Amino acid sequence: MKINREQVEHVARLARLALSEAELDTLTVDMDAILGYVEKLDELDTGHIIPTAHAVPVENAFREDVIGTSIGTDKALQNAPEASDSCFVVPKVIE
Amino acid sequence: MALTDLTIHELQTLLKNRETSSRELTRAFLTHIADTDPHIGAYITTCEAAALKNADAADARLTEGNADALTGIPLALKDIFITEGVRTTCASQILSNFVPPYDGTAVSKLKAQGAVLLGKLNMDEFAMGSSNENSAFGSVKNPWNRDCVPGGSSGGSAACVASRQAVATLGTDTGGSIRQPASHCGVVGLKPTYGRVSRYGVIAYASSLDQVGPLTRDVEDCAIMLGAVAGYDPADSTSINLPVPDYQASLKQGVKGLRIGLPKEYFIKGLDADIQQAIDSAIATLRDLGAETVEVSLPHTEYAVACYYLIATAEASSNLARYDGIRFGQRVDQGRGLIDMYMQSRAAGFGPEVKRRIMLGTYALSSGYYDAYYLKAQKVRTLIRQDFLDAFNQVDVILTPVAPTPAFRIAEKTADPLQMYLSDIFTIPVNLAGTCGMSVPCGFSRDGLPIGMQLIGRPFGEETILKAAYAHEQATDWHRRSAPR
Repeated sequence: MKINREQVEHVARLARLALSEAELDTLTVDMDAILGYVEKLDELDTGHIIPTAHAVPVENAFREDVIGTSIGTDKALQNAPEASDSCFVVPKVIE
Repeated sequence: MALTDLTIHELQTLLKNRETSSRELTRAFLTHIADTDPHIGAYITTCEAAALKNADAADARLTEGNADALTGIPLALKDIFITEGVRTTCASQILSNFVPPYDGTAVSKLKAQGAVLLGKLNMDEFAMGSSNENSAFGSVKNPWNRDCVPGGSSGGSAACVASRQAVATLGTDTGGSIRQPASHCGVVGLKPTYGRVSRYGVIAYASSLDQVGPLTRDVEDCAIMLGAVAGYDPADSTSINLPVPDYQASLKQGVKGLRIGLPKEYFIKGLDADIQQAIDSAIATLRDLGAETVEVSLPHTEYAVACYYLIATAEASSNLARYDGIRFGQRVDQGRGLIDMYMQSRAAGFGPEVKRRIMLGTYALSSGYYDAYYLKAQKVRTLIRQDFLDAFNQVDVILTPVAPTPAFRIAEKTADPLQMYLSDIFTIPVNLAGTCGMSVPCGFSRDGLPIGMQLIGRPFGEETILKAAYAHEQATDWHRRSAPR
């Protein structure tokens, strides 16, 4: 086994996903099979290989520090499930 | 011939000479969509009123003699492109009510040219899938055989073009999501070099792999569409500041002396016999036109799928963390606090394949596993990219099949995610290498399903693959065949 049910439950908490018992069962089987497959990469000696994060050179892109146009508060809030007084409303964080 | 059967370059002349109007054209497409889409399922949203209004504006421009390449041309977009005022779902329940407050760069460019947006197209949820069966808005059917999938994730974009429901469409390609459905639906589809087209305003799946590209009836239309959306964008720091060539102007240069590489790792035993035959005939056509073919090797091909499913899922798990039920998207709050609200909203909003990939990516990035999985995959990515750079020292273009089989049947692969992942075996390496590739129709299976060949170019070598594709297309008639009505 590459991964067991408890590890899958732990990963689900990290990923902020409330999964059902049935989903956890299926994912344990699926993830085990996929992780078994990707183990194929261990056939390759990559000790001296530099990792590729992007296929093209990507550098920090700087621009002049000038104020541009933005969409404004109303538009920024238009898709919020709940908004009030120009703010996003979230469930209580601190008891 | 019906108006809906014409290409962009054919319609440009009719529109310019005022032999038809954008309004007449737009109406013809809207009627055709209403007639055919109940059987195909390509559209998630149609924009009738706005389309006709934009068509009238385009007609005014055409009358003034002030038209661009796409003025008045009815197009449709994969529902991953955010569009101001038009619901954008990414085929996910979690975004089922999301109405973006602004347009992405590719959309702005099409609108500035006066293109008419017919609607937003079905896809695999968050672009995760190879069959368009992972959509919260229903599967898409292959127009050539409705028992078969159209491919994915841009399945709606490919089926839309194949069933003449728009002149051309835009899709996105992270591991083959433009090329594989283009191949399965018998249309042209191009994934540009990473950085060629801005990703600003395109909902992110795997940011180091995602790229925007066109799906069209023929190669000339593909060149026109690419030219319309390509170019540097200060809003996308990964877009590259290189001039955009006139892709249409170089199409007719021919392939005499062009060196085409055939990677031995792609012509494996077990490749579908019909695919093998179609590819062999495409190779023969290109040779007759004066191209040379050379065997090349891409030795790390067999590691690409494993490499991709670590890198793409890791990036996805990070990108999809933004769906938190706070700023946009669906919220499920059972009054048990913030963390529980996150967990319930995400559980209710994402479908099974998206959950699977978030889980896999979260695991690959988690403490203790990062080096073994994510870092290892990034190192293998270096080897895969180097394979292509080495091969391009010998050849100008690499030719391969797009997919190991023609379109498979609906539900055939849904039970086994790994089998589904392996259907992208020939397209994934191009995304990892960051270079460009396209699918071009090159035949049909004995069951009447379209087959595409893949032409892969050097980084920013889109002109070369388009030129080769055009030469092949002009010597064959595959692109003139239409899916049954």
